[in-house]
Amino acid sequence: MPLPKPTMIALADSTAFATTRAQPAVARGPRRRHAAVLPGFGTSAAITSLVVLSLIVFPLAVLVLRAASLGPAGFLAAAWTPRARAAYSVSLTASLLAAAASSLLGLLVAWVLARVPFPGRRILDALVDVPLALPTAVAGLVYSALYVKKGWLGQWLVPLGIQGAYSYLGIVLVLVFVSLPFAIRVVQPVIESLDRDAEEAARMLGASRAQTFLRVVLPAILPAVATGFALALARALGEYGSVVFISGNMPFKSEIAPVLIVARLEEFAYAEATTVAVLLLAMSITLLVVVNTLQQRLARNAQ
Amino acid sequence: MSIHVREISKSFGAFRALDRVSLEVPEGTLLALLGPSGSGKTTLLRIIAGLEFADEGTIEEDGADITARHARDREVGFVFQHYALFRHMSVFENIAFGLRVRKAPNAEVVAKVEELLRLVRLEGLGGRKPAQLSGGQRQRVALARALAIRPKILLLDEPFGALDAKVRVELRQWLRRLHDEIGMTSVFVTHDQEEAFELADTVVVMNHGKIEQQGSPDDVFDHPATPFVMDFLGNVNVYHGRVENGRAFWHGIPIDYPDYPHAQAREARVYLRPHELELSAPAAVANRLGTSLAASILRVVRSGPITRVTCRPHGSEQELQVDVPTEVAHRLQIILEPGTHVAITPRKARVFVPDPEYVI
Repeated sequence: MPLPKPTMIALADSTAFATTRAQPAVARGPRRRHAAVLPGFGTSAAITSLVVLSLIVFPLAVLVLRAASLGPAGFLAAAWTPRARAAYSVSLTASLLAAAASSLLGLLVAWVLARVPFPGRRILDALVDVPLALPTAVAGLVYSALYVKKGWLGQWLVPLGIQGAYSYLGIVLVLVFVSLPFAIRVVQPVIESLDRDAEEAARMLGASRAQTFLRVVLPAILPAVATGFALALARALGEYGSVVFISGNMPFKSEIAPVLIVARLEEFAYAEATTVAVLLLAMSITLLVVVNTLQQRLARNAQ
Repeated sequence: MSIHVREISKSFGAFRALDRVSLEVPEGTLLALLGPSGSGKTTLLRIIAGLEFADEGTIEEDGADITARHARDREVGFVFQHYALFRHMSVFENIAFGLRVRKAPNAEVVAKVEELLRLVRLEGLGGRKPAQLSGGQRQRVALARALAIRPKILLLDEPFGALDAKVRVELRQWLRRLHDEIGMTSVFVTHDQEEAFELADTVVVMNHGKIEQQGSPDDVFDHPATPFVMDFLGNVNVYHGRVENGRAFWHGIPIDYPDYPHAQAREARVYLRPHELELSAPAAVANRLGTSLAASILRVVRSGPITRVTCRPHGSEQELQVDVPTEVAHRLQIILEPGTHVAITPRKARVFVPDPEYVI
């Protein structure tokens, strides 16, 4: 296996980069900027490159190489089956819905945690992080137990036609659960650091509460909301553990792409598993790039 | 529009920020609320604005009770210490904000904002973001924004506090001229006495949630009503002496104090400002015994146009600050350096008896 070789090359490359570039950057007069806070641009760059390459780029490269070995025709045949297309669609729409719901709910929760003093706020604040620490499979199991016909919530909701368990709705529910902390934690500090004077200024100028929120507060926190949306989306796209327990995994209906990948692996259909993974990866990256671009535009605007 | 504050009290928890404060601001006045931090001056300003509500007391505008009226409906312009500009909006939109939320027609908004940009001398900068402006420019935007809604009263909270010294002086002279032009009733808060005295028609000195003194700048400076005011209005030499038979004594030098004609001696404090003491060569005052004090120079610090001399009167442990205009110092017949013997003559002194009404 020629596995260790690329990492070695990467390491050698980045150190070479470091030694050749670092010294002139300091010595050159007019192009010099600020003194570095972290010592040694070379060292920092080497560590950064090593981390990114070995932990992210390299494994993904292996994945893509494996899929590429099938050739274009073989790739499409394996990755673009009707069942896979349905799985992509469920994955992407459910994740977008969940990220949107998390952003909205997250904004509300973050606002309350940052602005409204009430007894038990610290406890509630700590609870926000629980979905990050809890094995998501547990969340999936608990959610399905709650929303089945005889569950605590299901006994009321199922007669109304609301199927929480083993359905598309169930997927969105657990995806909200796992992605909500990101949406809250990104927005909360921004709300805490908002300039309260600006809100008072708006009031003095005759703005109503709604006008103050829409014209003064929202533009200031929108970049953070967008960042929260991107993180929530990324988290939802990669989620597997909770969905596999609540969705019922019905092909063409409630099967998400990660579940399909595992299903194919269990059938020893490695080629299809890999190609589905690569395509899901490509879609996720595209989506995240779009969201991040939007976020940057908002942030520039809010400056 | 005139403002009348009657018996306003306000507490934050156990802290009493304002204690039955009454204040009248006649139409067209530029009034300064002067005091140290925690004196209640900002709280009083915020209560007049409607950003804070008093626990007791009332506020009137032109005789109409506005105590319970919402800040929106008070027709008050407010300028914040740190500008509080809307960072995501251009300068133009910042100034336009008050008109936009009132749904004013666009043509009117544009005309008004252009007029205000000219008034605050920021023509051509309407498209900038606040982050691209200097501190002085930002404060002028904040002022234009407050004026856009045609307020009847202008309130300014430490308007120059965040600016550097040179800009501060320029901007306050400009604000004074602006006030003279538009003649709007204005109240500003400051802890800088120079600012209050240079800018205001009326100075109100506050301390511990109460008004210590109110009057014209000259009045307050020349006739401080309380030891606090005397102390607060800059460097001062304090001497703990006594008063009897209509005279107080400062290092043995008598100072007239007709308010206390009684024979029984009482404690008194004598306050002398450093620039109200005169320095001369001992020989020059030899024939004026009893009106000047023999002392030696300890330190000399030149601070621009003023030379600050620290002296110690003979036979005393106390130090005395004497400010001599540097120009005068050059003409003096004495060498200004540590160890030189000098005579100090008080030209003006103020005497405070802790409680003059109370006589044993």
